[in-house]
Amino acid sequence: MEIPILKIEDFLIVSFQTELSDDEIDKLREDILDKIKETNARGLIIDITALKIVDSFMARSLSSIATTATLLGAKTVVVGMQPAVALTLVELGLRIKWNIQTALNLERGINLLREALKSEKDVVYE
Amino acid sequence: MSEDKLPVKNESDIISVRSFGRNLAANAGFGIVDQCRITTAISELARNAVVHGGGGSVTIKTIQNDKKGIEIIFRDEGPGIVNLELALKGGYSTVGGLGIGLSGAKRLMDEFQITSSAGKGTTVIIRKWLK
Repeated sequence: MEIPILKIEDFLIVSFQTELSDDEIDKLREDILDKIKETNARGLIIDITALKIVDSFMARSLSSIATTATLLGAKTVVVGMQPAVALTLVELGLRIKWNIQTALNLERGINLLREALKSEKDVVYE
Repeated sequence: MSEDKLPVKNESDIISVRSFGRNLAANAGFGIVDQCRITTAISELARNAVVHGGGGSVTIKTIQNDKKGIEIIFRDEGPGIVNLELALKGGYSTVGGLGIGLSGAKRLMDEFQITSSAGKGTTVIIRKWLK
């Protein structure tokens, strides 16, 4: 299944609308990285509002996507995690370094990225 | 009492069994958070059965004695878990995973039983009770 990767301003938005199989997640990761390179995106938002569960595999995949996207220069924010999902992830005993920036919803995620990119520019021009 | 034995052979089975489990849990009266716990535990154990057990099956049913709950039984005939104690401790994986499948599923449920013997496979029984 093809998952659309949208571009707005300097960043990409990927919205998970359905449960993905492990293979589909791996494929999506490659698509995202290709798209970052293709568009010179400086930020990436992954919207998981529609996900009713995030198991350890999905958590690890999100972490891996965020890490690799960051290596390509795209700051990553995961938005929209459901409260029940957050609670379950903690109880699951997730010990991986949760190196992902998160925001409650898409709007906050976009603001977070704008601020981050803005301060980056400030540093460059100072 | 509804009971169904479902195959857990590949990745798409993981998605279908957890969706089946969620529906059953919802119908049994579990709230959103418990549905999420149950579905996540199913997903972890289903992945274990596919990745480590070479595929297996799962039975998901509602149970009732003095209280009502849900019981999920995973069976595979894979190589079995050699070091059960280590596998249950968490953070240990033979395939580069996070190693939190078993320990995580145990924490998310009320009851957890596992039997495994080398060369004969693994059976995991988990239960959650309605409070």
